[in-house]
Amino acid sequence: MANPSTPEFALETSGEQTVLRVSGDWTVRTVQFVDDELRELEGQGALVLDASALGSLDTAGAFVIDRTLRQLSEEPARIEGDHANAENLIGQVHAVTDVEEPKRPPHGGLVDMLERTGRGFMNLLSEAKDTLAFLGETLVTTFRLVLTPWKLRWTSIVSVMEEAGLDAMPIIAFLSFFVGMVVAFIGATTLSDLGSEIFVVELIGFAMLRELGVIMTGIVLAGRTNSSFTAQIGTMKMRQEIDAMQTLGLKPMDVLVAPRIIAMVVTTPVLTFVSTLAGIAGGVIVGWLALDINPALFLDRLQSNVPLDQFWVGMSKAPVFGFVVALIACRQGLNVGGSVQSLGSKTTTSVVQAIFSIIVIDALFAIFYMEMDI
Amino acid sequence: MTDDIIIRIRDLKTAYGSHVVHEHLDLDIRRGEIIGIIGPSGCGKSVLLRAITGLKEPSAGSIEVFGKRLETLDPDERAAVERSWGVMFQDGALFSNLTVRENVMVPLKEHTDLSAQLCRELADMKILMAGLGVQAGAKYPSDLSGGMRKRAALARALALDPELLFLDEPTAGLDPITAANFDALIRKLQRALGLTVFLVTHDVDTLNATCDRIAVLGEKRVLAVGTIDELRAFDHPWVQEYFGGPRGRAATGH
Repeated sequence: MANPSTPEFALETSGEQTVLRVSGDWTVRTVQFVDDELRELEGQGALVLDASALGSLDTAGAFVIDRTLRQLSEEPARIEGDHANAENLIGQVHAVTDVEEPKRPPHGGLVDMLERTGRGFMNLLSEAKDTLAFLGETLVTTFRLVLTPWKLRWTSIVSVMEEAGLDAMPIIAFLSFFVGMVVAFIGATTLSDLGSEIFVVELIGFAMLRELGVIMTGIVLAGRTNSSFTAQIGTMKMRQEIDAMQTLGLKPMDVLVAPRIIAMVVTTPVLTFVSTLAGIAGGVIVGWLALDINPALFLDRLQSNVPLDQFWVGMSKAPVFGFVVALIACRQGLNVGGSVQSLGSKTTTSVVQAIFSIIVIDALFAIFYMEMDI
Repeated sequence: MTDDIIIRIRDLKTAYGSHVVHEHLDLDIRRGEIIGIIGPSGCGKSVLLRAITGLKEPSAGSIEVFGKRLETLDPDERAAVERSWGVMFQDGALFSNLTVRENVMVPLKEHTDLSAQLCRELADMKILMAGLGVQAGAKYPSDLSGGMRKRAALARALALDPELLFLDEPTAGLDPITAANFDALIRKLQRALGLTVFLVTHDVDTLNATCDRIAVLGEKRVLAVGTIDELRAFDHPWVQEYFGGPRGRAATGH
């Protein structure tokens, strides 16, 4: 491809007539050279464009010439000089751009801010209302399906259980194991000052059974399962699969939401159980290797000094966490719009909301059980 | 190499795994023509487009665009070739996180040093030229109808005034009036800018209204190339049925 020559122009005013002479190549790669100068031209009287020395021209060049001609005179310009397509191209560009720019409404700073605040507040209200509505719809659908178990989609329930439950088990067990070790080490350093390392057993028992086992499970599910649910449902929404489902008489609530909710409510306690055991195992290892607490002694003391209630306190939260994670994931997935960006932002929202809710709900449980003296 | 051949395909073979799409495919496209590519569904029309634009690596054979083989070019030369073509994909392939105007501005910003103001003005002009209103520029692709998305995609493909324009089913899914306007628009732009257009289509009306020559794909190669009248005389069952069927006859007025 040959190097384009620089575009040049000259404006000549003689009496009643203004002539704009253009030469060189006027293409999308070159027009920037003359654009700023052209914007400052002023003319008067009848207007003529002399295109005899014009090199190659494309729509970008034609647009800039046409814009300049309009700026010089309100009357249409006459085009002189032989050029293969100048008249044609400029004419075409002139025809399409011959529309008034729509006026944008003026924006005042204060009004704008008030408007945004109002919109934000109303969004918050409607978001809260929608979440409650979705919660209600989910509960109704799930209970209806549980009461008529032959209508449940067992295949998808089992598949979700495998994907979100069984497959998540190794990572949850590992994380809890390490958390158990960390807690045991912290306990050991603090308690050894008092010469009472043996209380590490109670520390591990209470912490893992009551809080950490279930919290670790909840957080891993929020990061792993929740994001995958949102992305799955969101992609289906984006590709209109959900619309197709509805027209085929399938309810997304029955087909997509209820199986996930049921599967999560069932598997989260199992995962929590595994997570708790792994955490205790971490504590036992640290106790054995670093504190010389025999594993048999550890487990014996655990049984006699940590009441069974603590286990049930932890387990009672598990189905709630599972429910909340699945609920948020499905709701955000169904909220995805048509763009890739909304898929990304809804997945982020979903994970953030899930982790936030798990911690808030855990705090509420803590207050509740404290008042109940358990 | 003769000057008037802009794309030269020789003995092309493309395959996905063991599934061979094209074999021994030869095709020449002349500068300044609109060539229509037709063929039964699944015969690899879009794959041919992908092969020419370098999106699908051929298994054998050569493709020369502007007399150069893409795979032998260094990145700068390749970018220069890519600047001189515009591609419009079947369902638009607009960037969904950008507005229509920003979509059209992407190639302008990337490949030229135009000021932001001129970029915006040119993008608006292309949007108008493709037959959309100015107000469409501020919208996101997800807010547009299918036909408007196609127009926006055309505006983006035309942003750099490419010499070579690839259109993949530009009129599919459009109502006949919009489709006819689209045909006229392509023809008009082609005449004004001297474009070479590679047009994949199923639409006999589009072929009739716009194309200088038509290539028929089938049996993994190009069955025939010629004007509509030449093809009508071509003795092949699929081609006969294509032009001889009720839709084909209505469109070509026979």
